[in-house]
Amino acid sequence: MTNKKSVFDEENANKMYILSVIVENKPGVLFRITNLFRSRNFNIESITVGITEKPDLSRMTITTVSDVKTLEQLVKQLQKLIDVIQINVLNKENAVYRELALIKMNAKDPTTRIEIANFASIYRGNIMDISNETITVEIIGTPDKIDAFKNLVSSYGIIQVARTGVSALPRGAVDDDL
Amino acid sequence: MSEMSGAAALMAALEKEKVEFIFGLPGGANLPIYDALVDSKIRHILVRHEQSAAHMADGYARIKRKAGVCFATSGPGATNLVTGIATAYADSSPIIAVTGQVALPMIGKDAFQETDIIGVTNPCTKYAFQPRVASEIPEMVKKSFYIAESGRPGPVLVDIPKDVQQQITRMEFPEYIKVRGYNPVVDADLSEINKACEMLLKAEKPIIMAGGGVILSGAFSELQALAELLSIPVVTTFKGKGAFPENHQLALGPIGMHGHAEANKMVLEADCILAIGARFSDRTVGRFDEFGKDINVIHFDVDPAEIGKNKSVNAAVIGDVKSSLRSLIKLIPKNFKTNEEITKLWMARKRELVNYYEDSIKDYSREITAKKALKKLRELLPAEGIVTTEVGQCQMWASLHFDVISPGTFFSSTGLGTMGFGFPASIGAKAAKTDVPVVDIAGDGSFNMTENSLAVSVLEELPVIVFLLNNQMLGMVAQWQRTFYNRRYSGVHQRNCPDYCKLAESYGAQAFRVSSMDELDKAIKNSLKSDIATVIDIPIDPDEDVYPFVAPGTGLKDMIIGA
Ligand SMILES: Cc1ncc(C[n+]2csc(CCOP(=O)(O)OP(=O)(O)O)c2C)c(N)n1
Ligand SMILES: [Mg+2]
Repeated sequence: MTNKKSVFDEENANKMYILSVIVENKPGVLFRITNLFRSRNFNIESITVGITEKPDLSRMTITTVSDVKTLEQLVKQLQKLIDVIQINVLNKENAVYRELALIKMNAKDPTTRIEIANFASIYRGNIMDISNETITVEIIGTPDKIDAFKNLVSSYGIIQVARTGVSALPRGAVDDDL
Repeated sequence: MSEMSGAAALMAALEKEKVEFIFGLPGGANLPIYDALVDSKIRHILVRHEQSAAHMADGYARIKRKAGVCFATSGPGATNLVTGIATAYADSSPIIAVTGQVALPMIGKDAFQETDIIGVTNPCTKYAFQPRVASEIPEMVKKSFYIAESGRPGPVLVDIPKDVQQQITRMEFPEYIKVRGYNPVVDADLSEINKACEMLLKAEKPIIMAGGGVILSGAFSELQALAELLSIPVVTTFKGKGAFPENHQLALGPIGMHGHAEANKMVLEADCILAIGARFSDRTVGRFDEFGKDINVIHFDVDPAEIGKNKSVNAAVIGDVKSSLRSLIKLIPKNFKTNEEITKLWMARKRELVNYYEDSIKDYSREITAKKALKKLRELLPAEGIVTTEVGQCQMWASLHFDVISPGTFFSSTGLGTMGFGFPASIGAKAAKTDVPVVDIAGDGSFNMTENSLAVSVLEELPVIVFLLNNQMLGMVAQWQRTFYNRRYSGVHQRNCPDYCKLAESYGAQAFRVSSMDELDKAIKNSLKSDIATVIDIPIDPDEDVYPFVAPGTGLKDMIIGA
């Protein structure tokens, strides 16, 4: 009985998924995809687009937090779009994935600047800009790592944040030929 | 290879697709196309409103089982098409809408009659093209037809900037095209068909639910063969009405909000449901959680995204339902015999339910009622006659009281429920099949929305019969106000305006107003004999309700069979 229930919970639990979607590189494709999310009520955490190794194809990386059923519908509806060529569903285990964030903080006091610089180096971040009033740090990593850094420095007062959203590739050998 | 304008290339490409009719209306941004039309063999049907052009293309497509084509200019012409495109999308009907667009350098400048029609129609088109150079047109047209007609069919928009229509260039017309990222035909998974077959063979009270997909793929004989082989009763969705002959002893008719009572009842008593080309819409199944609960549900569909969308199923066969059904039939052992005792009980239950509801659903009493009128129409209309409907009570009465005998001769705006669809769509159907009578079972409110297509029916000699169930009301809305709003009528009275007979005559059509069943009999016979557009104005009581009724949000088991 308890066993059954836990399986049930597992299926309904929300998890993070990363969809790596190969699409035609032409105008209007991003619009069609985001419009699909809106009209079918799908939630997305982040979306990135960039050209692939082939100039006529783009790779979109979409992160979403959902249950298995919703994910399945999302994938099928995406697959129906004629400009979508291939979809890979990735997760934390089978993918390399990274996000870049730029975080600008209050740092009027020189010791604050040193403290933040120390934190940044622990997170393998880079100081991108320093002024008398502010310091801007670049952090690259998983979204969790970026969140953790943000928490760490939040007491200094975060002024601006820019995040790229997740980019990802499956681990290991490539078995598709596009 | 030859030099020609983009507009001429469009016409040539349409001719290569064997297009017979174009339904449309010109304007500034498609003048070059209309000029090229002068030299084309394709017949142009001038409409009085672009919405009707899209409905005509849709009606043509549903009967011809081939994409219908409509033309409109940019801006308001294009936006007038939208209701028709959305209607076709909701019912998976293949139409190609060709719109004019402002010239490329003007796009994005809020030019006169500029509308981003690709953006506007995005959620209701299967795909959209906008050629940037004229030489792209032949290939785009070919792809449009391929995309619109294959897999789960749907509308495709081709939006052509005016300067691209005018550009003269060398054209190549490809024989073969490939659309990367679009693989509409998948071979059904044999192991799933096997699983489905086992479930069906071991079921004691199986039922088939046939949807619009059966009609779209023309799987009529396969459906009938399967049902007869295993003695399985057949219900349909409303879109699937007429996928199976409704006078067949296994036929139960449509289920759903205004489904046949015995069909709604029996589908809940089944121990296995085989859904073919159906999408388990809310109007059909009532409540997703109650329908097919704890029993085996098998789903055949061409669209993978339909599997599990509204209803989790126990076996899913993805692919063209016609070939999936053929494979299924082949798997049934030659010597297979249904358990006669069990089949007999199931058949007896069907008869029992039919008789029960025949006695307990009270007929509305009056000289002419919707039911009597529709039974009369069925009696007089040949089996191969085509019937479409408007939306509202008229539509639901048609579903309940007009039996479709010849498969594929009935259609309606079932997904979007577009008032004003039936009449122009019936003209499109007539264009597709000129040798059979075509009837639009209409309500006064709906007919009023696109009645100007009378001009088309008369002038283009595409005569159809408008069977007008005239309650001087937006009757279906009035019924809901009676039922759920304590008879507080609001915005439903048409107040006997216009006079539909005078209206019809002013267009040069023929009109009959009937006040008895005898007159109706004569009017139908006369209409069928003559070859001119006809309106039969049939006054019915504004208070007549449609029953049975499954209130929204409730399940089929909560069906109400009378006031
Ligand atoms: C374009 C459009 N507008 C509004 C509705 C909502 N609606 C559904 S049925 C109906 C009444 C239809 O009246 P009529 O054509 O006279 O048919 P009746 O119900 O009286 O038989 C209305 C207004 C609709 N379906 N379509
Ligand atoms: Mg009415």
